[in-house]
Amino acid sequence: MVEHSVPENILEEIPVEDLLLRALELKKEGLRFSQANAAYVDEKFELSYSFSDYETLQLHTLRLVIETDVKVPSITEIVPAAVFYENEMKELFGVKIEMISMDYDNKLYRIRQEAPLGPQKKEVENATVG
Amino acid sequence: MQQLGKTSVIPFGPQHPVLPEPIHLDLVVEDERVVEALPSIGFIHRGLESLTDKRDFNQMCYVAERTCGICSFQHGMGYCEAVEHIFGVETPDRAKYLRTIWSELGRMHSHLLWLGLLADAFGYENLFYQCWRIREKVLDMQELTTGGRLIFSVNKVGGVIKDIDVEKQKAILKAMDEVEEELSVIRKTFFEDYSVESRLKGIGILTAEQINALGAVGPFARASGVKADMRLLGYDAYPELDFEPITSEDGDCYARCYVRMLEVFQSIKLIRQAIAQIPEGELSVPVKGNPNGEYFMRVEQPRGEAFYYVKANGKPNLQRMRIRTPTFANVPALCEMLKNTEIADVGLLVVSIDPCISCTER
Repeated sequence: MVEHSVPENILEEIPVEDLLLRALELKKEGLRFSQANAAYVDEKFELSYSFSDYETLQLHTLRLVIETDVKVPSITEIVPAAVFYENEMKELFGVKIEMISMDYDNKLYRIRQEAPLGPQKKEVENATVG
Repeated sequence: MQQLGKTSVIPFGPQHPVLPEPIHLDLVVEDERVVEALPSIGFIHRGLESLTDKRDFNQMCYVAERTCGICSFQHGMGYCEAVEHIFGVETPDRAKYLRTIWSELGRMHSHLLWLGLLADAFGYENLFYQCWRIREKVLDMQELTTGGRLIFSVNKVGGVIKDIDVEKQKAILKAMDEVEEELSVIRKTFFEDYSVESRLKGIGILTAEQINALGAVGPFARASGVKADMRLLGYDAYPELDFEPITSEDGDCYARCYVRMLEVFQSIKLIRQAIAQIPEGELSVPVKGNPNGEYFMRVEQPRGEAFYYVKANGKPNLQRMRIRTPTFANVPALCEMLKNTEIADVGLLVVSIDPCISCTER
């Protein structure tokens, strides 16, 4: 029977200046890029860049918590697979990501509304649909 | 001195006979050879994730299920398990086994659908019909046990809402015997027929290094020797079932077909094990209050690793729900794979990653 492991996920909060260095270090450690994702929380952006060790299946996530006007360097030169993820963060949230290797210029999803999940999003308190 | 061919750009998709869903590729070609492929999506973006504003965390389960019409169940399950982790609740063992059975039924019908589409893409229409005929038996079992053929709506935060009684378990086992017998015949055609082999072998090769660098997942990655299967994380009943991830070292279209075909047989074995071992007990545990926290959940969908991120702040509406689907991760590797291939093979190669674009765009 194959061994099942349940490793603890690692969440590492870093400043934006360290993003490229830490992404490079994780890649050199043999971790694979898994996903990148943005959330707009308390008037700030929370960016998550997850890397996986495919031997142990452990997930290592780099977390940036930044003001909405902060410019973020693209990791696509280090991790080419991040292209769609960074374009999505830029288009749906309005994260200012610079130098994406293939920048779709907010036309990845071809939506009319600018950054619908970003700061312009209307807050709805406890909304439910009956 | 080598003479350079004439370079042109040929649009492929979003409407194309081999594409079940719309993706567009700008193919830069030199004569008949693809030099580069530039993807664009966005034809069917639905904004499902933004519905966290209007739906509470319980209702979002049904939204998550509607991410995809093929692997619907596992989307609902992955989302619910992410929320369950935030609550810190442990679902009953019976619910874990039921989720495993439905997950594997979903994997079977998805792979059988893909095998049919692949056969259609390389021009073997009869094989296509046979695969889809066998798939019907799996859909019948899904309908028998949940009431829905593709979208079940049996998940909820804390467990499941429907059971599979002994009579239905017997019906599933009978259907598994039939599928196994009939698929064994089809398998010979896929792996021993000269014309099938000539269309699949040695085409679209990706190495394990390329797969890792480009972040590809699922059977697409396993066909290149990357032993990545999220079922090894040990969610649901998988820790109690005997299985090994199926891999191949060849990394071509034939290997992708091989891995998925064997995974159908593997799913049959897993379902038999799960039915033999399923314990009696409750279907769900009560979950009170609202979630507060965040969690990254990963499950192995038919197309590979799916990623569910949920963030909540103690209110009924989530702050963020994000689904990273397998195809989203596989598109960069697809574009790399298309380089230096013949333009006549592009349709087959696109199908070979089992693309699900409505999943990808959400």
